[in-house]
This record gives sequence, structure tokens and C-alpha cells, in this order.
Amino acid sequence: MTTPSAKQARPLSPHLSVYKPQMSSVLSIFHRATGVALAAGVPVLVAWIVAVAAGPDIYALFTGLFHNIVGQILLFGWSFSFFYHFWAGIRHLVWDAGWFLHKKGMAQTGWFVVGITAISTLATWAKIWGLWS
Amino acid sequence: MKKQPPSFRTPLGRVRGLGSAHHGSGHWLAMRLTSLALIPLSLYVASTFMNVLAFGGYVDAVAWLQSPFAVTLLILFLLATLHHAANGLQVVIEDYVHCEAVKFASVFGIKFFAAALAVLGVLSIVKILFWSLLPHA
Repeated sequence: MTTPSAKQARPLSPHLSVYKPQMSSVLSIFHRATGVALAAGVPVLVAWIVAVAAGPDIYALFTGLFHNIVGQILLFGWSFSFFYHFWAGIRHLVWDAGWFLHKKGMAQTGWFVVGITAISTLATWAKIWGLWS
Repeated sequence: MKKQPPSFRTPLGRVRGLGSAHHGSGHWLAMRLTSLALIPLSLYVASTFMNVLAFGGYVDAVAWLQSPFAVTLLILFLLATLHHAANGLQVVIEDYVHCEAVKFASVFGIKFFAAALAVLGVLSIVKILFWSLLPHA
């Protein structure tokens, strides 16, 4: 950096548009996106606790907001985000320990995260819909 | 003041606060420690919350929030989550927001909001917890 004007309107590396989507980059951006989605869910969770503290009428009003298609899609999205961020976060901790820290390990743990996220999310909703007890 | 090792940074760069603020390793470690703590805590809260929401009603929600053991786990979960989420959003903002004023305001706004949510959540939990001790209408 020389002068403030020198940093204006410069093209920024990396030039994301020239890259083909790959497992490494797609799973990475999903980790970030699901993290942001979960952060957006924290105020809703606190609002639920506040609704319990406010009494049965407010509680019924608040939970009623989710008894429609939009509310159910939100809850499904948060459950998917939770499981994805949970498993991909463990993948990062495993990498931090130095394990699977190579190209083959990246692919193996990546597919493991994709598979176990699908299983966890679907098993949760199968339980909610009464498909297994 | 402790004697600093020789630096190649210009006085202008230092006074503008650009470059390393020497907070990076603390931030990195806090993300790892909160994520480790959240492995058992988030599984507990998510499964209990799902059970109460899908199969229970108001009475079950109150019963959950009146058990001191459950409430301990829920408060630990809430604090670790807010710390983890605020620090995570900070990294996202620092990556994508390049206007210094907006970056500064949003990072601090999120930290204040997280602190407010922590107080609101804990106080609401304590209020519910005390129903079991005090008579109420």
C-alpha cells in the first residue's frame, strides 16, 4: 500500500468466477453459510425462552408463528444447518489435530460430512413426523 | 512499557492500526474451545428442544427450564453459542466488508447484541427457574 488512492478499484484476488466449484470450496462456503444461518437462529431461540417466561398465552402465540409452511421450512433449514455445521466443525477440529490433512483425507472426510448430515437431518424429521419412535 | 523487538512497520502503518493487532491467536483459540464445548452442549440442547417443540407443550417447556441441571447446560450452551456466533460473524464481516466505518460498526454492533441476548436469555431462564420456588399467580 502506497497511497489511499492506490487501493481503490483494484481487482481483488482470488477471482472466484474463474474457478470450477470443487468439494473443498463448496463445503467451505457451506460451513460459513450454515454458521451465519445458525447465528440468525440464536435470537429466535432466545425469543422462545422469553416466550416461555412470558406465560402460556404468549408462548402459544410465538410457537404458532412456526405452524405454517414458512415456519416449517425455517425449522428444517435450521436443523440442516445445525447438523452440517456440527459435522463440518468436527472435520475442522480433526484437521487442526493434524489428521486427514491431505487431498485424499479431504475428499474422504468431505463425503462423510455430506452423508452423515443427510442421515442426521432426515432421521430427525422422520422422528418428528412419527416415521420412527 | 515492555521493550518491543525491532519492527519494519512504518509509524504511519502502526498508528492507523493496520496489520496484526496480536489478537489473532486468542480469537483462533476461543473458536476452538467454544466449538469443543458445543459438541456435547449443542447435541443436548438440540435434542431436548426438538422433543419439547415436536412432542411437548408449554408445561413441558417450563418443566425443562425448571431443572437446575438442564438450565446449567442451557446457559452454558447459550453463552458458548453467542461467543462462537459473534466471533464467527466477525470473521465473515472482516472478509466481505471493506468500508472501515461499516466494518467497525457492524462488528461492535454484533458483540453488543450478543451480550444483550446473553443477559436477556439468562434472566428469562432464571425467572422460570424461580417459579418453582416462589408462589405466583
